[in-house]
Amino acid sequence: MNIYTADQPKKEAPSAPSDDVVRHDAEPVNSAKIRKPLYEARKKIFPKRAEGRFRQFKWIVMLVTLGIYYLGPWIRWDRGPFAPNQAILIDLAHRRFYFFFIEIWPQEFFFVAGLLVMAGFGLFLITSAVGRAWCGYTCPQTVWVDLFLVVERFIEGDRNARMKLDKAPWSFEKVWKRVSKHAIWLAIGVSTGGAWIFYFADAPQLLLDLWTFQAPAVAYMTIGILTATTYIFGGLMREQVCTYMCPWPRIQGAMLDENSLTVTYNDWRGEPRTHGTKKAAAEGKVAGDCVDCNACVVVCPMGIDIRDGQQLECITCALCIDACDGVMEKLGRDKGLISYATLADYNGNMALATGNGSHAINPNIVRDADGHFHDKVKHFNWKIIFRARTLLYMGVWAAVGVGLLVALLSRDRLEVNVLHDRNPQFVLESDGSIRNGFTVRILNMIPEPRVISLSLEGLEGATMKINGMDQPDSRSFDVPADPDKAVTLKVYVTVPRDQLHDDEQHFRFVAEDKSSNEHDVYKAVFNAPADVKNREHH
Amino acid sequence: MADKHVDELSGVETTGHVWDGIRELNNPLPRWWVWTFYACILWAIGYTIVYPAWPLLTTNTKGIWNVTNRAVLKDELTAANASQKVFVDKIAATPVADILKDKSLSEFATAAGAAAFKVNCTPCHGSGAQGGIGYPNLNDNDWLWGGSADQIYTTISHGIRDPQDPDTRVSEMPVFGEMLKPEEIQNVAAYVADLSKQPVTSGNPAAGKEIFANNCVACHGDQAQGNRDLGAPNLSDAIWLKGSGEAAIIAQVTKPKHGVMPAWKVRLGDTTVKELAVFVHSLGGGE
Repeated sequence: MNIYTADQPKKEAPSAPSDDVVRHDAEPVNSAKIRKPLYEARKKIFPKRAEGRFRQFKWIVMLVTLGIYYLGPWIRWDRGPFAPNQAILIDLAHRRFYFFFIEIWPQEFFFVAGLLVMAGFGLFLITSAVGRAWCGYTCPQTVWVDLFLVVERFIEGDRNARMKLDKAPWSFEKVWKRVSKHAIWLAIGVSTGGAWIFYFADAPQLLLDLWTFQAPAVAYMTIGILTATTYIFGGLMREQVCTYMCPWPRIQGAMLDENSLTVTYNDWRGEPRTHGTKKAAAEGKVAGDCVDCNACVVVCPMGIDIRDGQQLECITCALCIDACDGVMEKLGRDKGLISYATLADYNGNMALATGNGSHAINPNIVRDADGHFHDKVKHFNWKIIFRARTLLYMGVWAAVGVGLLVALLSRDRLEVNVLHDRNPQFVLESDGSIRNGFTVRILNMIPEPRVISLSLEGLEGATMKINGMDQPDSRSFDVPADPDKAVTLKVYVTVPRDQLHDDEQHFRFVAEDKSSNEHDVYKAVFNAPADVKNREHH
Repeated sequence: MADKHVDELSGVETTGHVWDGIRELNNPLPRWWVWTFYACILWAIGYTIVYPAWPLLTTNTKGIWNVTNRAVLKDELTAANASQKVFVDKIAATPVADILKDKSLSEFATAAGAAAFKVNCTPCHGSGAQGGIGYPNLNDNDWLWGGSADQIYTTISHGIRDPQDPDTRVSEMPVFGEMLKPEEIQNVAAYVADLSKQPVTSGNPAAGKEIFANNCVACHGDQAQGNRDLGAPNLSDAIWLKGSGEAAIIAQVTKPKHGVMPAWKVRLGDTTVKELAVFVHSLGGGE
């Protein structure tokens, strides 16, 4: 049993306000006015297909975001013979992240942290400007639920047909419709999980491996888990994910202020809502613009009635604006009975319509004799987006972005790291000279083989010896470095007895690519026994 | 439970608890949440059935899957050994000198040798192989029995003065305290100290030179450069196994001390000894 089959007070047969406008016999599923008993099962919502400019925009957003997600791993990007040619690749095994011309090593993870900071400030910016736009347009949950609804409508029809099917006893038609709907949902789930794993390995090869059952078990497990979450969240739980599971609605609520644009029912012009305006006019009653057709309720994917005011469940998908605008257009009234409005504007208009709260809403006050809005009525103005708060967010967001860009363009692709041996710190050689051991790592961070010259700067008279390199002791070595790899060298630096001046002598390791003049310097210390200063030199 | 109380504003029943006039609404939990909670309880019960869980008086429940940490560790060790088998087999089949020529093999042997060194060698040679008085520093380039990988391998395999091993390296410095007068010992010590430019205070180096020629050159060489075939140390360099300075030299000449190293091949096996030799050779003094 659900809300649509429950006993409800008998209403007067609704009379349509106009021949074109259909009055929907609907109640919001999620309303603060209807309290549900404990442990109640989810009530199904059957959102009707909406038409209008926001719906159009959402189709485009869906196409772009899903397009990026599903096709992203298949874009190729030539990096030469020593690196993968996949444009977007998270290579966990080799600890590399590739994004078109950018290659990130683990120690450069701060770029990702910077992107997360940008995402955070971007969310602050968007939310303070246009409310929960992330939820309503781009959140994967919203996009996938939209996609699942497309499938549902295609197979079972629009709202009324689906409600009828839901109530109908099991028949052949109901079975095949349900089976095919869930089958397609599962197929979408599989391809969603499938697309995810392609970001972590060479996509064409992995697809082949998947078909031939050669892919690693973790690939199949990931597909299985993401298939389950996509199917359950997008097909079965839907709005419950947003209302009960997701922390964003709570956090984003704290970012709204009185100048944020949110989806608002303008009751200062809509109330009192009336079924028959002509009849009301004849009886001398005041009638607002709302004809109580419930078009806004039936399109809502969250199952709420926006006319109850701003509420937790609302993801501001703006489909109710589309629905209401369609009705207003047919009735020849001003669009925007439900619109993006700020709380400040709304309060001003409300004060106007109620005489600063001295009486009930009288929509006649906000209009002049010709039916045009009064001059004092405040309307949507895009300039409200640019105010101190949003400009500050924009500034911080842009500053982090510029900082990341500068860091990216000026970063080194050749690095040298040095670790001084601690045990022992120094070694006495038989001729009295002192030797220090170092572990030197040369990072060749480009996908090409290079010859890196490693040399000593400072430390008069010192020579190097490198394990595994057949070269007499010298102050400079040419080290072959594999493409996109770190070379680890055990380096021994020896200073003759008569060149030792101090127990701590500073010098530098210099790694240089002589063909490109790229170089990196590491400041190191040469240790000797503490008594070296007092030692007599014979 | 207190009387039923319904919050006026929201129309929701409260739990009956009141804190400073604040009441707690008894809002419903989503059903999926409740079922997940029940599923977790079932999972927990199942977990204690299949895995070892409940303590009993003298033992504990074993679980029907028979899982023990010890068995898991054993499996992991077996798997680790299996994954190293390719390298280990190759090391077993390759002479030490040739291991050094193979980059990946010598890297593996160095790492494996370092691990074996920490377990077996650090008590005498120190954790950094830096040794101490009487225990050779393995980092430097001074070698009693030779510093090539092969020579190090032989030394580790058979030890030094190990009575159990017939092939062990043996040498013994005579007790000169019974053959020379204290004054002569003082002079020869002065001569030896002067060779490596250490300060001479008590003896006469010139007189010691003759004593050295008559008694010491047979093992230590006419230039005091030592002899690796006999394990006789170089006395002209900066490194002193038994301590530098006249006093330490006098003590060693009068009543020599000899270090003993066990033969390790019989204890650790040939492969580990090879790995140890490669590791010691990599410490900076290898020849």
